[in-house]
Amino acid sequence: MEESGSVDSVESLCSSTTTRSDRSSGTKVSDTELRSKGRAFEKVYKDPGKGELPLLEEELVQDAAKDVTYICPFIGPARGSLTVTNYRLFFRCTDREPVFGLDLPLGVLSRVEKIGAATSRGDASYVLVCKDMRNLRFVHKEPEDSLKKSVFEVLMKFAFPVSNNMSLFAFEYKQVFPENGWRVYDPLAEYKRQGLPNESWRISKVNDHYELCDSYPAVLVVPVTITDEELRRVSSFRAKGRIPVLSWIHPESQAAVVRSSQPMVGQNGRRSKEDEKLLQAIMDANAQSHKLFIFDSRPSVNAAANKMKGGGYESEDAYQNAELVFLDIHNIHVMRESLRKLKDVVYPNIEESHWLSNLESTHWLEHIKLILAGALRIADKVESGKTSVVVHCSDGWDRTAQLTSLALIMLDSHYRTIRGFQILVEKEWLSFGHRFQQRVGHGDKNHTDADRSPIFLQFIDCVWQMTRQFPAAFEFNENFLITILDHLYSCLFGTFLCNSEQQRLKEEVPKRTVSVWSFVNSQLEEFVNPLYVHYPSHVLFPTVGIRHLQLWVSYYIRWNPRMRPQEPVHQRYKELLAKRAELQKRVEELQREAANRTASSSSERAGSPTRSITPVQTFV
Amino acid sequence: CFPTKGNPRLLVQREREESCVRTLPDFHLTAREAGYCGTMLSLGSGGAKSSKPSFVSYVTPEEIKLEKDLPKKEKHPDLLPGEVVFCSANPILKYTQDDLSQRGIFGTLFCTNFRVTFLSDELTQEEKSKTFKNKLYGENDIPLMCVDHIYGAYDEKRKLITGSLVKNKYPSKIIIHCKDLRVFQFCLTYTKEEDTKKIFQGIAHHCLEEKSLKCIFAFSYAGTPSPEMQRKRETIMFESPEDWTQEMKRTKAKCRLVTENENFELSQRLPKYFVIPSTIEDLFSYQGKGLPIWCWSHHSGCALFKASFPPMTQEEVDFQKHLDTMINAVAHNYLYSVKTEDLSESLPTILDIQQSYNKFKQFFLIDNSTDFWLSDVKWFSSLESSGWLDIIRQCLHKAVEVVECIDKDNTNVLVTEEEGTDLCCVISSLAQIMLDPYYRTLMGFQSLVQKEWVAGCHAFLDRCNHLHQKDKECHSPVFLLFLECVWQLVHQHSPAFQFSETYLTVLSDSVHVPVFGTFLFNSAHHRESVMKAESPLAQSGTLSCPTVWDWSVQFDSKAQNFFFNPLYSEKVKHEKTVRKPHKPKHQRQLSLPSTAFKTPTKKGFFKEETDSLKKMLRVKRISRWMGSPDSPMAATREFYESWQQRPLDYHGLLLPNLDGPAVRVWMQRYVRWIPEVHIQGGGSMAVMTKFMELLSQVQDLKRVLEQRDASQAAKFDHRPHLQHRLLSFGSSGRLSSSFPFAYSRNRSFKPIIPTGLMQSLMVTDNLASQEDEAS
Repeated sequence: MEESGSVDSVESLCSSTTTRSDRSSGTKVSDTELRSKGRAFEKVYKDPGKGELPLLEEELVQDAAKDVTYICPFIGPARGSLTVTNYRLFFRCTDREPVFGLDLPLGVLSRVEKIGAATSRGDASYVLVCKDMRNLRFVHKEPEDSLKKSVFEVLMKFAFPVSNNMSLFAFEYKQVFPENGWRVYDPLAEYKRQGLPNESWRISKVNDHYELCDSYPAVLVVPVTITDEELRRVSSFRAKGRIPVLSWIHPESQAAVVRSSQPMVGQNGRRSKEDEKLLQAIMDANAQSHKLFIFDSRPSVNAAANKMKGGGYESEDAYQNAELVFLDIHNIHVMRESLRKLKDVVYPNIEESHWLSNLESTHWLEHIKLILAGALRIADKVESGKTSVVVHCSDGWDRTAQLTSLALIMLDSHYRTIRGFQILVEKEWLSFGHRFQQRVGHGDKNHTDADRSPIFLQFIDCVWQMTRQFPAAFEFNENFLITILDHLYSCLFGTFLCNSEQQRLKEEVPKRTVSVWSFVNSQLEEFVNPLYVHYPSHVLFPTVGIRHLQLWVSYYIRWNPRMRPQEPVHQRYKELLAKRAELQKRVEELQREAANRTASSSSERAGSPTRSITPVQTFV
Repeated sequence: CFPTKGNPRLLVQREREESCVRTLPDFHLTAREAGYCGTMLSLGSGGAKSSKPSFVSYVTPEEIKLEKDLPKKEKHPDLLPGEVVFCSANPILKYTQDDLSQRGIFGTLFCTNFRVTFLSDELTQEEKSKTFKNKLYGENDIPLMCVDHIYGAYDEKRKLITGSLVKNKYPSKIIIHCKDLRVFQFCLTYTKEEDTKKIFQGIAHHCLEEKSLKCIFAFSYAGTPSPEMQRKRETIMFESPEDWTQEMKRTKAKCRLVTENENFELSQRLPKYFVIPSTIEDLFSYQGKGLPIWCWSHHSGCALFKASFPPMTQEEVDFQKHLDTMINAVAHNYLYSVKTEDLSESLPTILDIQQSYNKFKQFFLIDNSTDFWLSDVKWFSSLESSGWLDIIRQCLHKAVEVVECIDKDNTNVLVTEEEGTDLCCVISSLAQIMLDPYYRTLMGFQSLVQKEWVAGCHAFLDRCNHLHQKDKECHSPVFLLFLECVWQLVHQHSPAFQFSETYLTVLSDSVHVPVFGTFLFNSAHHRESVMKAESPLAQSGTLSCPTVWDWSVQFDSKAQNFFFNPLYSEKVKHEKTVRKPHKPKHQRQLSLPSTAFKTPTKKGFFKEETDSLKKMLRVKRISRWMGSPDSPMAATREFYESWQQRPLDYHGLLLPNLDGPAVRVWMQRYVRWIPEVHIQGGGSMAVMTKFMELLSQVQDLKRVLEQRDASQAAKFDHRPHLQHRLLSFGSSGRLSSSFPFAYSRNRSFKPIIPTGLMQSLMVTDNLASQEDEAS
C-alpha cells in the first residue's frame, strides 16, 4: 500500500475537538435549543436579578415569578425564575452550575394541568403538556390562591389566545427579514416549471373566488376538454367540492398525479357523468397508457363504510379502464392515538428491556411504513408504469396530501431542494387546504378536540426517513425539518395558520404576519446538507420495510440529554469541504506563480513528463 | 475418494491432478529456496468415510487454464492451490432473487475440499468488475466451513438435512444457509438422478458431517504468503516475549513476564508467554488455573486482569485460600485496591449466547419475498424476543462498569469465569477499546484480537464449531458477540475508529474462511501441536497458515481501502503519547485506603473473603447494584452522563450509549444479502463513498502542494488530479446500500413494494372506524 506522507496528511482536517462547543452547549442547555436560532433578530430584555432575556420584536414581558422549581425528569429539581411573555415561557435556573434555561414558545402548549396540593406546604404545581413530545412540571413556592392572580393566569391567557379572544403572536411579530417568504410559491410559475398549461391541460380560473371549493386554491389545472361548467357539476359530486385536479405531471411520459376527495357515491351508487368524463379526460391526457389508477388511501372497510354517509369510492363499472387500489392508511384518530402512545414510550424515560416491543405497540412506524408504501406505489405507477393516477381519501386534505407530496418528492428532484420543498408544502399542504388550524389547534385550549392529529408531523417524519435512506439526495438537513416542525407549533410565523388559502387571504395573513420561509431563507447555511448532490432526473424509491425505518430519535427523544446525537457527519464533511477549498486555493496560487515563472523561462522543461499523481489510499 | 465414479470428466481431472502431484517436489524446492514457508499438503480426503489415503494434489493456476481449453463447453472453477474437486453436477438451477422475481441461472455445482461452488453456464462479467472482490471466494462460492445449515425441499416441505436423512431420498431443491448470512437455493430436478445423488451426498457429507481438524482446507491450502506481509508485520502477534515487553512498556505496566510456559509445562490452556502481577512467585502451585493474567494498565498504575477459576477439586478451604492469594496479588499491583467480578454469574452463559444468536440470525436468513414481508410485521418484537441486542447491551454495560472502576476509581480489576477465555476476553477487550485509543486504530485492534483472543487462548475451534460437531454445549458465537459490541461503538462514535464497519463485517466473515490459522485452534498449545503434527516434513519446521491479518490474501489494496473509516479523526501528529494527559481526578482516594468495605449483597463467588483480606484491601464486586431494586443499568448511568458532559475527545475515554434506541442491529452485516432491504442509490455507503472521494481529493491536493514544496523549482505544470480514479464512485448516486457486498445484477430500477400490508396493522379499537371529521 501507498504509504508516503499519508498518515499525517489528514491530521488537521479533523481536529477531534470540533464538536466540543456543540456538545457541551447541547448537554448543558438541554432545553433551549432551536428556539434560539433566531438570535440575530432578537433584542434583549434586561431585568436586574434575572439576567438577560432575549426578546423578539413586539415581545413583551407579561409576568415573572421567582423561586420556581422546575422538576426536570432528567437532572432532578432545578430552582430558578420563570418569565412569561406574550410569546414564550422562559425559565432560568439559578441553583445549578452551569446555568441552564428553558425557553419555549407558548404555542407548543397543548394543555396546562394543575396538580392538586400534593404537598402539605400548599405549593402550587402544574404540568405543561406540550405538542412537541415533552411535559414540563413546575412547582411554585406560593400558595395556590396567590398563584391564581399571577403567572399561572397570565400563562393560561397567552398560551391560548384564541380561546381568550386575543390574536396569535404571529400577528404582532413584525420582524423584517431580507427575503419575503410569502413570495416563495407562485402557482403559475410552479405549473410553468412543469410545462403547464400544455395541449392537454389548462389552468382554470373557475375557483378564483373560492366559489367552486372554499378549501381549494384559486389556481387549478384541469384537462382542456373539460369546461368550467362541467367542473362545477363535478364539484357537487365530490366531497366538499374537492374535484380531481392535477398536482404534478411527468415531464416525459405526461403521466399525471391528480388529487381529489371521495366521490359522493352513497349507498345507491350515484354516478356523475361529468366526473366520469373528467377521469376519462385525465386518462386521455396521457397518451402512453390506457389505464388510470385510482388510489384510495383508506382501508377498504372504511371506504365502504363511508357509503353510509353519502361518500364512498369509484366503482369500476362506472369508470372504465380505471383500477381502484386501497392503500390501507388509517384515519386521523388512529394516528393521534399512536403518537400519544409513542410519547408515553419515549418521554421522559425509556424502558430499556422492553424498548422494542413498546415501540412496536405504538404502531407509529407501521403507520409511517404504510404511508411511505402508498406513496411508493403511486410513484411507481407514474414512473415505471407511465400511468396517470388519482389519489384521494375522504376529504382529500390529510392522507391525500401526505401521499401526493411524498410521491412528488420521490418523482421530482426539485422538491428535494430547500426552495422546492417549501413550494411543495405551500402547494400540496397549504394551498390545497390541509386544515392546519384544526389539526394543530393553534392557541386553542380545547386539547381534547378530536380534529387534532399529527398528520403533518407524520409527513415530515416520512421525509426524514427518506433523507436517512438517501443522505445525498436532499438539499436540506435534519435541522430544516425540525425547524419547520417547531414553527408549526410556535405561532411565531403566519405560514401554518388557518385552514385554507381562502381563510388566510380573508385574515390577511400574508400581509399581517411573517412567513416561516422568510426566516429560513435568510439563514440558509443553517439548513444546507453539505452532502447534497443534485441528480436532475433521479427518482428515489425508498425501502419501506420496518427494518429500514427508524424512530426519529433526534426529534421525538431530543429532550432526553442521554440521547443527544453523536457528532453529526455533516460537520466533518463541512470541515473537509473547507479544507479542500483552502488547498485548492493554495494550489491555484502556486500554479499562477509557476505559470508566471514559466512564462519568463518558457522552454526550459517543456518536455518534462507530467507526472500523474498516484491515486491515494484513504489512510495507512 | 468420494463420488467421482462414473464421471469421465472428473476422472480426467484426477489424472491431471496426479500428474501435477508428480511435479510437486520441484515446486516445493523452489518455494523453499525463495524463502517461503509454503509446504506440501496432505489432504485428509473426503472426510471420515474414506479409508485409504486419497491423492495429494497441487494444481497451479496456470495448469487450470490449460485444462480449461480442453473440454470445449464445460467449465471448471478456478481452483486455489491445494484445492481438489470432489464431485459436480450439471445442469443445476440456481435461484436468483434479483429483480424480486424468483428466476434462475443454469450451471454446474461443484463440491471441493474448500467450497461448494456454482459455475454459471452463462458468461458472467460481474465478478470481474467488482470493486470489492474476495480473491479466495466469490459470490457463488460457499466455503465448507461457512455452511450453517442445509435444508432440502421434499414435496413442498422444507426439512433440515442432517447426516441421517441423506441416505435414500433426494430433495428437489436444496437451500444452503451460510454463516455469513447468505442463502443459496439450488434446484436439483434438472440433473440426472445419479448426479443428483452424488452432488447431494457430497455436499451433505462435506458440509455437515463431523470431520477431523486435518481435513480443514487450511492444511491443504498452499497459497504463497505474500511478501508484503513478510516485510512489515504491523500487527503485534503476541507470540514472542518481546511483544509482551513492548506492550508493558507502552502501557507502563509494572508486572512480570512469564516465560516458564514456553513448552506448555505450566498449562496447555495458557499462552506461551503472558504477564502476571509481579508479586506472584510460585507459578507451579497454581496448576495452571486461577492465575490472574494481566490485560492492560491504566496510566494511573491500576490494571485490568483476567483469570480462570482455581481448580475446583480442592478442598473448600484451599479454594478460598487460592482466591485470597489471587486477589492479593492483583491488589498489590496498585494501592491495594481491587474490584472483582465473576462474569459467569453476571452475564449470560455461552449457551444463552448461542441460543439467542440462533434465534436472531433466523430473521435474516430469508428464502423469499413473502417470508420477508411477513417477518417485517413483527420485526421489533421478534428482535426483542431473540434477546441478542440485550446480550450486547449487557456486555457493553459490564465493560463500562470495568472502565468506571479503572478510570474513575483507579482500582485494579479482576474479571473471572470458569475458563477465563470467553466472556473475560469480551469484557477485557471492550474495556481496552474504550480506554485506549490505540486499540481503535486498525493495527491496534488487530493486535488486541491477537493479545486477548488468539494468544489469549479463546477456543475458536470449539466455539465456532468449525468441525461440525454434534455436541452443542461448547458452540457459541462469543467472538462475533465481541465484534457486535465493537460495531455498536463504531456506529456511535465513528470518528474515533480508524477502521470501518466494512472491516468488521469482513472480519466476521473471515472467521469462517478455512484458509487462515488465526481462528482455527483452541489454544496456543493446540495450534503448535497440530501444526507440528501436520507438517509433512517434520525436520523442515512447522506448517504455517496465513494469518487473517494478511488481508492481501483476500483483497487487493484497492478493496482494502474500504477497511478504513473516512470519518476517522486522526490524532494530531506531534503528540506521540497514546494516552491523553489526564489529571488524576480522584486524588482524595490516594490517601484513603480504608474506605468502607462493602460486602457484596448477592450470593457470589467471592462472598467470603477472609478477615485479614478485608482489613487490608478494598475488595469490591463491580456490580454494586446487583441486589438493589434499581436496574443494573442505573449504576453506570451517572458515569456515562458525567462523561457525556465533558468535551468529547476521540482520543480519550469512549463510552457507549446503552439506551434502548441507541443499541442497534448491525445492518450492514445482517441485511446485505436481502434485496428487499437494499436502497438503490442510498444508504450509509453513499455517504462513505462521498467522504472517500472528498478525502482523496484533499490528499491529492496536499500531495501536489508537498511536491511543490519539495521541488523548490516548481517549474513544470502539475494539474491537480481532481477526478480521482481509484476511488471514483461517479455512480454513487446509484450504488445500492449493500455496496460493497451484494451487487444487484440487473439494474432495473424498480421499487420494492411490500405485500400483505393489512396484516401488519389491524387496529381494533373504534378509532379506526371513526370519521375523519368530528361531526
